[in-house]
Amino acid sequence: MAKRVSLLVATRKGAFILKSDPARRSWKISAPIMLGHIAHHLVQDPRDPKLILFSARTGHLGPTIYRSLDKGRSWKEASSPPAFPKAVAEGAKKHVLDHSFWLTPGHASEPGVWYAGSSPQGLFRSEDGGNTWQPVSGLNDHPEYSQWMGAQENGTPDGPKLHSVIVDPRDRNHLYVAMSSGGVHESLDRGVTWRPLVKGMAVVEGFPVEQLYVHDPHCVRLCPSNPDRLYQQNHCGIYRLDRPGEEWTRIGNHMPKKIGDVGFPMVVHPRDDKVCWVFPMDGGTVWPRTAIDGKPAAYATRDAGKTWQRQDQGMPKKDAWWTVKRQAMCGDARDPVGLYAGTTSGEIWSSRNEGRSWQCIARHLPEIYALETAEL
Amino acid sequence: MRVTIPSPLLSYTSRREVVAEGSCLAAVLQDLDRQFPGIRFRMIDEHDDIRTHMRFFIGSNELRSLQTPLDAGQTLHIVQALSGG
Repeated sequence: MAKRVSLLVATRKGAFILKSDPARRSWKISAPIMLGHIAHHLVQDPRDPKLILFSARTGHLGPTIYRSLDKGRSWKEASSPPAFPKAVAEGAKKHVLDHSFWLTPGHASEPGVWYAGSSPQGLFRSEDGGNTWQPVSGLNDHPEYSQWMGAQENGTPDGPKLHSVIVDPRDRNHLYVAMSSGGVHESLDRGVTWRPLVKGMAVVEGFPVEQLYVHDPHCVRLCPSNPDRLYQQNHCGIYRLDRPGEEWTRIGNHMPKKIGDVGFPMVVHPRDDKVCWVFPMDGGTVWPRTAIDGKPAAYATRDAGKTWQRQDQGMPKKDAWWTVKRQAMCGDARDPVGLYAGTTSGEIWSSRNEGRSWQCIARHLPEIYALETAEL
Repeated sequence: MRVTIPSPLLSYTSRREVVAEGSCLAAVLQDLDRQFPGIRFRMIDEHDDIRTHMRFFIGSNELRSLQTPLDAGQTLHIVQALSGG
């Protein structure tokens, strides 16, 4: 019998859990979890499915991590949530953690290890299932931190952030992170040393491409079926990178010209490295960041970016001015793959057939920041 | 000393008024964190700076330094200015 799918929903006003029937046709939504907290990301531990981590803050209280050890039935705060080290040197730059933006479970061989990416840009690591966290000094204290990340006030409108923390499933020492701003970076020694991986990535016209702080990857994903292949949705285009290659290829050039290749999320197929999905947004004039012409649609490629197909069946045909943020689109592991998109207007759209048709499975929620699938 | 707790922090204390010890604001907050783990970091950042919108009062006097001396007979009011939507 097919497994039910659950969705962990992070919103601007708290978290929710949706649970499907086995056919993924009907969904039940939970009561709000931590109503009023800003929920940035909820992620289930694939190595210990009872454990879910939840990064949160409120409008005025400091950031924290909540943990559930019973699949979301109860929550307890981490003993020592992520925080930058206290600045001790006179005149030293003070990094104050605004929130943990991104959560990634560690390698399958390292139960209990988690990574958190933060705003402003920082990387943190836990070795006890998210109860206590330590800064990854190799990145946070990198001598070129300021050159890579730029000034905080130059970051994205809701704060510069480190996201897309990726652990190579073949090698626990091999990590990728992406930063808005700051580019894509790689470590081969579990975070001790880092090097940029931005060749081929465009930046906003007029800015110097050699400066890392002007690079703005929005979402980077590694293909589970081929860990040498990465896809990226950038502020300036859609890209693919095949390792050991070092140069990103702009596959977004094959998108329809009137749609362009600007967006936030990137979703990869769990079993086919030629398939990925994006959700384009309006990057024209003053960057409305809405569905283009008020007509939302996903776009899929099934040939690694050579061609793209519009997928809007079931979605509004007009007057829908929402978009989908970088963590708010995901897929499940079923066959055919189920896709899920959470909108800035508080709706969740689901496809049971890899994007060919869509249904709205929740509405009237707060602005959705992140969606992740889970088995509960 | 008596300490009054604003509603956003009641999830830690479960009551509006608690008792904490210390000869200065820093020490009182440390004692609060001992009793209610995690509460201090929600109010004070990693550099020992008071977070934006967090306020501490003795009577009508606002405390702007963690080193402000306190007396056991006083009542510390923790106040959170709420704004935004």
